[in-house]
Amino acid sequence: MSTFYQQQSANRRNSFLLAFLVVALLAALGASIGYVLTADPTGALVVTAGAVVFGAILSAGSYFSGDRLVLAASGARPVDEASAPQLTNVVRELSIAAGIPMPKLYLIDDSAPNAFATGRDPEHASVAVTSGLLEKLDREELQGVIAHELSHVRNYDIRFTLLVGVLVGSIALLADMYLRVSFWSAVGRRGSRGGGRSEGAGLGAIMAVVAIVLAILAPIIGRLVQMAVSRQREYLADASAVELTRNPYGLERALAVIASDQEVLEVANRATQHLYFTNPIKKFEKRASGLFSTHPPIVDRVNRLRELTSRPPLGSEEIAGLSGLD
Amino acid sequence: MEIALLIILAVVAVVVIGVILIYNGLVQRRLRIDEAFAQIEVQLKRRYDLIPNLVSAVKGYLEFEQDTLTRVTEARANAIAAGARGPAEQAAAENMLTGALRSLFAVVENYPTLKANENVLSLQEQLTTTENQISFARQHYNATVRDYNTAIATFPAVLIAGMLGFLKREFFDAPDEVEQVPAVDLSLRT
Repeated sequence: MSTFYQQQSANRRNSFLLAFLVVALLAALGASIGYVLTADPTGALVVTAGAVVFGAILSAGSYFSGDRLVLAASGARPVDEASAPQLTNVVRELSIAAGIPMPKLYLIDDSAPNAFATGRDPEHASVAVTSGLLEKLDREELQGVIAHELSHVRNYDIRFTLLVGVLVGSIALLADMYLRVSFWSAVGRRGSRGGGRSEGAGLGAIMAVVAIVLAILAPIIGRLVQMAVSRQREYLADASAVELTRNPYGLERALAVIASDQEVLEVANRATQHLYFTNPIKKFEKRASGLFSTHPPIVDRVNRLRELTSRPPLGSEEIAGLSGLD
Repeated sequence: MEIALLIILAVVAVVVIGVILIYNGLVQRRLRIDEAFAQIEVQLKRRYDLIPNLVSAVKGYLEFEQDTLTRVTEARANAIAAGARGPAEQAAAENMLTGALRSLFAVVENYPTLKANENVLSLQEQLTTTENQISFARQHYNATVRDYNTAIATFPAVLIAGMLGFLKREFFDAPDEVEQVPAVDLSLRT
């Protein structure tokens, strides 16, 4: 794909299709469980809706104050124009290009270069960068990274991935509850199968099997799809960053610098890894071509940027040169 | 008969709601264009304010570069005056000012003590960011124009946009002067 518009359209479309897949999965699981428990379609609807509402309540905290939690957990301290003039200027420039209000800025004292953005919408956004990022990138590269982070804010990615997370969480909740219920009821019954519903008994048995299979598989499939959504939104953020800076080289060089950096970001962990610019957990980055990764492999991200300027993808020597990936 | 009436009412309702939604969407997009245009002005003014500081910071060191300094000061005054004479003239004057500033920074490169001076570095960063902000403001303006022009040209808004008075807007176009590379004076003078 040779323009960032085309890349953006494809990424958006893919992420919506994947999200729809999660909804369908949840609906299928809810329908089969509801049918088995109540032999009635409205029962299925109630059960599914109940799981989603419950999951949403659990995530409400994350929606409203998730950014404060993440910032505190990452040891980020607020900075302003006096303490970080160049960073403030770069963020201000790109906020103008993006047409969004300026987010709050934070600094993490760590020599590993990385950055993240949180906030449910552009009016409540925060961007954090590490001191390592400021030291190791030049102004053009910093622009690329900040443009990527502001694109996450502008595309409402935090909200989108939270919604997908709620759905996947509901799938897991529902599956878990159902497996417990059917386990204990199977233990309790011990011999007398089913009930007296002789006409629906055949369909009931099939649905019971379907429900169990879905209950086991749906959480895993849901998780895989969630990871795929996260990767699509990362590609979208890269393409949107190029729309803002009109300069793929800056972002590409930033990715190369960060890929070859060996430092480990100490404050990052499994819970926060999905938020960062590149996956801060180095061993996850190495296995990034796997389906369980939140971020696409850096080589793929660089190659997509090279497409925008009609350059060939990275050769094997250049890849080896990004020593962090070996 | 009643069903036919209901269907007609439903269709009318859908059309009316559709027209309202389209109209509101187009108005919003048009207002964003105006806001983006005003923002460009804001950035240009910022640059005007920064330049006198820069000139006084370097004046002491650059006794032999008075020409360059004068060019900058004059170009700035010119640009402020051109603001009243319309956007095309203003854009041309702004580009002259950009050229003059570039010459000044090229000159500063020849003076190592001046180059390393904290004040100069900080002012250089400020001018860099101001230049960037101006160009991003123009870019954003073009993005809002593109968004609006696309909206009025695509279905279904295209059917009613003309009737409701929504006309195409012009992109911000850099004038021809900017195609010329600004002259940078690197002659070695001591």
